[in-house]
Amino acid sequence: MRPMKLMNDMSGMKNFLPGILSLIMALAVYQASPAQGSDLVKTVENQARIIKIAAKRYEYTPREIVIKKGQPVVLQLTTEDRSHGFNIPALNLRADIKRDQVTELKFTPQTTGDLNFYCDIFCGTGHDDMAGKFKVVE
Amino acid sequence: MTEDIDRREFLKLTGGSVGVGLGVVYLSGLFEPAGARSIWGLKNNDFHFVQLSDSHWGFEGPKVNPDALGTLPRAVKEVNSLKQNPDFIVFTGDLIQTTDDTNVRRKRMKEFKQIVSELEAKIYFMPGEHDASLDNGETYREFFGETHYTFDHKGTHFIVLDNVSDPGGIIGEGQLEWLKNDLNKIKKDQPIVVLTHRPLFPLYPQWDWTTRDGGKALDLLMPFANVAVFYGHIHQEHHHQTGHIAHHSARSLMLPLPVAGSVPERKPILWSASEPYKGLGFRDIFSHRKGDYALTEFPIKEDAKV
Repeated sequence: MRPMKLMNDMSGMKNFLPGILSLIMALAVYQASPAQGSDLVKTVENQARIIKIAAKRYEYTPREIVIKKGQPVVLQLTTEDRSHGFNIPALNLRADIKRDQVTELKFTPQTTGDLNFYCDIFCGTGHDDMAGKFKVVE
Repeated sequence: MTEDIDRREFLKLTGGSVGVGLGVVYLSGLFEPAGARSIWGLKNNDFHFVQLSDSHWGFEGPKVNPDALGTLPRAVKEVNSLKQNPDFIVFTGDLIQTTDDTNVRRKRMKEFKQIVSELEAKIYFMPGEHDASLDNGETYREFFGETHYTFDHKGTHFIVLDNVSDPGGIIGEGQLEWLKNDLNKIKKDQPIVVLTHRPLFPLYPQWDWTTRDGGKALDLLMPFANVAVFYGHIHQEHHHQTGHIAHHSARSLMLPLPVAGSVPERKPILWSASEPYKGLGFRDIFSHRKGDYALTEFPIKEDAKV
């Protein structure tokens, strides 16, 4: 594995330095972005991005998330109160979010633009406002 | 006029903006009740029924409807003033505004029931998600009875489908099986009217304007030659065909909603002081000849004293 080789062959360090710096900078950007929720969003380059979204009456946290076109996404959905739904109509993708469970949804955005999501389980007076969006960028 | 009139004559008489669908005549012009009645003669199995919908009794929002307490009673007065009394009235859901408090839900249902008891025709009720989704229809049934059932009127088979008691907005396998068994008893050419709250087709899922398993109900209905669906939920007039099945949504009696996708968010259209009650109303459905329907939309009138 490349990291182990790096540890054992310090003479090749300069070959990997740009990549390491890029990774550190990328992580720094994600950590610094309040809109993405620094402790809710974790990314490993070239792997699926795991995004945790918490549902409760009548909102998702976070409710607006920037993701990259072509990068696989794994949503980890939880609820703090009652059952909610999570529906991305443009992808024909949905799931129930139940208490004391983590529900995973996976997708890879193929085009840039907005991907709206909403709660499709009627949950009370503010149900109609329970929605959010992914902003898919290059 | 007491004799029936053919469609061409009917269109000539009505004038205005009229569209003709499969077995359905849509009138989007706004008739005075007396005017609308005078051109229709009833014959044999002809009949009228009125569709009321989405009264959201208990809603509060002066910028959306400053006459929240008066709009439903006005509609009741107007329906009672129709010169041709409807054979019956259907109320396609969202009778009350939802609430998390069961006691408030009961209070609203009781008040609603008292107001519509003034209507001078039999009423067939069905729930919307505001009435039934938070308790799987339990409180609704206390006041209005079953959430899905059938009835027949002058040769037309009416099917009330419940796509709201499950909070996921589905009909569910049990009710679909019930529908299948019911349809097994119906002749393929018998007119069928489906009454429900949500659209059975994916009108605009982004705003929850759909029934997740509505396609399964439509598949069961497809073999029947004459099917029309009347529904509510979207708070505006809308006409659509899935194959030969016609779908017609009704206006609300509390708040109008924008056209699907016309604005970023599904927010009620604000009240217009220059055009009070704009977008609110009810409809008369005239079944002339089996399975042909003439739809007339009636606005809520400011001078309908309550």
